Amino acid sequence: MLFTSLKFVLFIVVLFVLYYTVAKHDQWPLLLVASLVFYYMQDYRFLLFIVITAVTAYILAIATENFAARRKAYLKEHKSEMDDTKKKKYKNTTKRVQALYLAIALLINLGILATTKYTNFIIENINALRSEPLSFANLIVPMGISFYTFQTVSYSIDVSRGTVKAQRNFWKFLLFVSFFPQLVQGPISRYGDLSQTLYEEHKFNYKEVSLGYIRILWGYFKKLVIADRLVVALKVLVSDSEMYQGGFVFIVMMLYAAQLYCDFTGGIDITIGIAQILGIKMAENFNLPYFSKNIKDYWNRWHITMGSWFTDYIFYPLSVSPTILKLSKWSRQHLGNAIGKRIPVYVACFCVWLTTGIWHGAAWHFVVWGLMNFAVIMISQELEPLYAKFHAKFGLKEKAGYKVFEIVRTFFLMSSLKLFDCYRDAGLTFKMFATMFYKPGFGSLGSSELLNLGLTSSDYIVAGIAIVIVFLVSLYKALKGRELREFLFEKYPLFLVACTVLVIVIAVFGAYGVGFDASQFIYNQF
Amino acid sequence: MKKISDNDNAPRMRVPELSIQSQSVESSDEKIPVNIEPVEEPIVKEKTVTELLSLVFKKLFTSRRFIAICCWILTIVFIALTVFGLYVAQRLVMPKYQHGIVEGSMIEEYYQSGVPHEVLFLGDCEVYENISTVTLYENYGISSYIRGSAQQLTWQSYYLLEDTLRYETPDVVIFNVLALKYGEPQSESYNRMTLDGMEWSSTKWDAINASMTEGENMLDYIFPILRYHSRWSELTQTDFDCLWEKNRVTVNGYYMRADVNPEGEFPPAMPLTDYRLPEASMDYLARIAQLCRENDIELVLIKAPTLYPYWYEEWDSQVRRFANTNNIPYINYIYLRDQIGLDMTVDTYDAGLHLNVTGAEKWADYIGAYLVRNFELTDYREVPEVATIWDHDVEFYNNLRDAQLAEIEQYGELMSWGVNAIE
Repeated sequence: MLFTSLKFVLFIVVLFVLYYTVAKHDQWPLLLVASLVFYYMQDYRFLLFIVITAVTAYILAIATENFAARRKAYLKEHKSEMDDTKKKKYKNTTKRVQALYLAIALLINLGILATTKYTNFIIENINALRSEPLSFANLIVPMGISFYTFQTVSYSIDVSRGTVKAQRNFWKFLLFVSFFPQLVQGPISRYGDLSQTLYEEHKFNYKEVSLGYIRILWGYFKKLVIADRLVVALKVLVSDSEMYQGGFVFIVMMLYAAQLYCDFTGGIDITIGIAQILGIKMAENFNLPYFSKNIKDYWNRWHITMGSWFTDYIFYPLSVSPTILKLSKWSRQHLGNAIGKRIPVYVACFCVWLTTGIWHGAAWHFVVWGLMNFAVIMISQELEPLYAKFHAKFGLKEKAGYKVFEIVRTFFLMSSLKLFDCYRDAGLTFKMFATMFYKPGFGSLGSSELLNLGLTSSDYIVAGIAIVIVFLVSLYKALKGRELREFLFEKYPLFLVACTVLVIVIAVFGAYGVGFDASQFIYNQF
Repeated sequence: MKKISDNDNAPRMRVPELSIQSQSVESSDEKIPVNIEPVEEPIVKEKTVTELLSLVFKKLFTSRRFIAICCWILTIVFIALTVFGLYVAQRLVMPKYQHGIVEGSMIEEYYQSGVPHEVLFLGDCEVYENISTVTLYENYGISSYIRGSAQQLTWQSYYLLEDTLRYETPDVVIFNVLALKYGEPQSESYNRMTLDGMEWSSTKWDAINASMTEGENMLDYIFPILRYHSRWSELTQTDFDCLWEKNRVTVNGYYMRADVNPEGEFPPAMPLTDYRLPEASMDYLARIAQLCRENDIELVLIKAPTLYPYWYEEWDSQVRRFANTNNIPYINYIYLRDQIGLDMTVDTYDAGLHLNVTGAEKWADYIGAYLVRNFELTDYREVPEVATIWDHDVEFYNNLRDAQLAEIEQYGELMSWGVNAIE
C-alpha cells in the first residue's frame, strides 16, 4: 500500500473516523491494529521481523531497568557496610551486566538489520575476490527496517543510560516500534519524544486536524506534482550515461536536487501530517535545507532525526570512549596541540559518516558518498580560519548578497554530492561530474533534447511552476520564521481555499496512474 | 434629562461605569456617599437596552462556540466546493468522444432517449453501424434502440441488457454473435468506451468486474479522474464546449456513415488451432437467454451480413446448436445478402467491413419485415406522443445524412466524421 495510492488515502480516512469515534482509551490500541494491518498489507512476513525486534528490545529494556533498580536498592541497603572501593568495584561489575543486556539487544536488532540488508553486499564483495562465486542469499528486506531498528536501538541505549523509563506494556512498546506513518521513510523517532503523545487520549482538535490536513496535502503536492513527474526524465538521463553527459549532468544535478527534496520532504509532510490529525506530535526532519549557508548547517537541516541519532549514539559516545581519549592524549603529545585536538574529533566524525553512508544502503557508492561528506566537512573546518580572515577583511559576512552566495554555493555543493545517489556508481559519478567541465555542451541543450526525456513541455511548465511555489512557501518560512499554513489558518477562509485548490491541483496535475510508474518514496528502501 | 443618541460614542463608553456605580449605590448607599444624581438613572436604563443588544451580539460573535460553528459551516461549504471542483475537473478531463472516435458516447445516449423501445439490439459495430433504427421506424413503426459500442464483449452485452431492464422491458432482443469469439477482456480503451457511459448501479459494477484487463482497477472506474487526469495537457475546445452536455452522435444507437468505399478483397481466413467458441462468452450467451426468458422477452441471434472479420463455419454451427437447444431463432445474414439486396460496391463505407447508410437501411428494412412477421409489435407511427419524438429523430437523421452528403460532394470524403475528424 503506497502512500500515494487511493487505497492508503481511504485507509487514513477510515482510521481517522474510527480514531475519534472509539473510546479515548481505545485510541492507541486502534493505532496499533492499524499499524500492524498496514505492515501486514505490505508483506505479512515483515511482521515477524518487527515483532522479534520489538520483543527483544522490550524484554532487555525491562531487564536492564530492573537490574538498575536492584543495584540501587542493594547499594542503599548496604550503604553502611560498603566503603568507596567496594562500591566502585560493585558498580563496575554491575555496569558490565547492564552493558551485556544492552549488547544483546543491539546485537540482535542490528544483527537482523545487517543480515537482511548487507548479506548480499558482503557476498558480492567476497565474490569479487574469489574465482568461485558464492551464491546470493534470497533474503527479504522488511520495509522501514533501518528506521524502526534505529528507533529501538536508541530506546535500548536510552533505557540503559537511564534517560527514559522502560515501557512495561508490550503492546504500547510495539506501537512505538511499528507506528505506521514513520515506517515508510522515517523520521527516526525517539521514545522519549514520541511516547509523550502517542499513548495519550486525544480529543478532536480542530486546529491540529486542519493544520495536519493541509500538511498532508502539501506533502502530496510535492510528491505527486513535482517529484514523481521529474523522476520520469531522471530515469532516462541516468539510464544512458554515454548519451547524456556534460550539460545533461548539470540537468540531472538540478532535477535530482528538486526531485529528492520534494520526494523526501513530501513524504515526511504526509507522515507528520497524519500523526498531527491524530493528535500525535512527531519530530521535524527538515528545516529549509536548501537555505543552508554551509555543509554543517545543511546537515543540521536535512534529515535532522538521522543526524541527531548519529550524533547522540555514535559521535558523542565515540568521542568520550577510552580508545579515542587515549588517541587524543597520544596525538597531543606527538603531533602538538593544534593537530592533536582535532584528530579524535575527525576520527569520530569519520566513523559517523562511514556508518551514515552504510546506513543509506548496501553499496559502495553510499560509502563513498558518506566519506565525501566527511571530506567536505573536514576541509571546510580546516579552512574556517581562512574564511574568517577573508570575511573580516572584506566585510562580507553581513552582506545580503554574500549570504545568497553562500546559500547557492552550499546548494550546488550538496547537489553535486547527491549525484552519487543518483548514478549509483561511485566511478561513474566522478566520470559524469567531470564531463560537465571538459565537454559541457550546454549550447547544444535545446528544447528538443529535453522533450526526449519522457516529459512534455506541459510537464516542464507544471513542474517549474510547482517548484516556484515550493520555493516561495519556503521563503515565507525563512523570512517570517513560521509556516505559511499557520498564517493561512489565521485567515481561515483563505486556508480553506488553499485546501480546495491543493486537492484539485493534486488530482489533476499529479503524476500518477497510467503513463507514470508508481514510484516509491526514495527513502522507502531504508 | 439629557438623551444620548446611539451615535454618541463618549457617553456610551461611560455606561458600564455608571451602571456599576449605580449598583454600588443600591447595595451600600449608607456606607459610601455617592454624588450621583438620581436623574442619571433613566439614561442608564436607556443605554443598557442598546448596549445589552450590542453586548449580546459582541459576545455571540466572539464566543468560541460561535466561531467553532462558523468554522464548521465554512469547512462543510468548502468540502462541498472541493467535491464539486473535483467533479468539474473530472468531467473536463474525461474524453468526450465527439469527433472521429465517437463510440465512447453511444452507451450514455440511451438514457436520453424519450421513447419506449420494443426491440433492443445488442452487439458491436456489426449492429451500431449496420442497422438504421430510423428505417425500422419509418417503414414498420418499430421503436428500437441499439445498445452497442466498439468491440462490445458478450458479457458487456449481457450487463447492458440487465441495465436496460432497469428502465424498460423490450419485447424482442436481437444479439449479434460476432463477439462470442472473445473469451477474455480485450483492451482497456474499448472497455472504457462501453463502461464509462453506463449509469451507476450494481450492474455497472458487475460489468466492470467482468471486463477489466490486467492493470485496470475498480477505483479508476469509480473516480475516472484518476485515470484521465493526465489529459489536462491535451484538452481541446470540445472538452470545454461539451463539459455539461454532449452532442448526439447516434440516432437511437445507430451511427451513420454516408460515404462509399466498395468492398475489396479480404485476406484469406487463417486456420485456427481451436474452433471452439470460448466458454466464458457462451456462458454469458446462456445468461442472456435466461434473462430474456425470465422477462418474457423473445431473443433472436443474428450474424451481420458483412464478411470480415471472418465468421467461421465451425462457430456458426456451435451457435446454431445453442439456438436449437434453447429454441431461439438464429439468422446468419451472410447467406441472405442477395435477399437483402445489398450491393457491396455502394453499400459499404470501408471496403466491406461495415455498411454505410444505404446498406444499413436495406438491412434494417429486411429485419423489420422479419420482426413484424414474427412478433406482435406496436406501430408507433400511430402513437402520437411517441411519433412526435421519433419525428424529431427522423429529422435529425435526415439532416445528418444531408450534411454528410454535402461534405462528400465538397471534399470527396467526410471531413467532420471518421478518421479525418479525430482531434
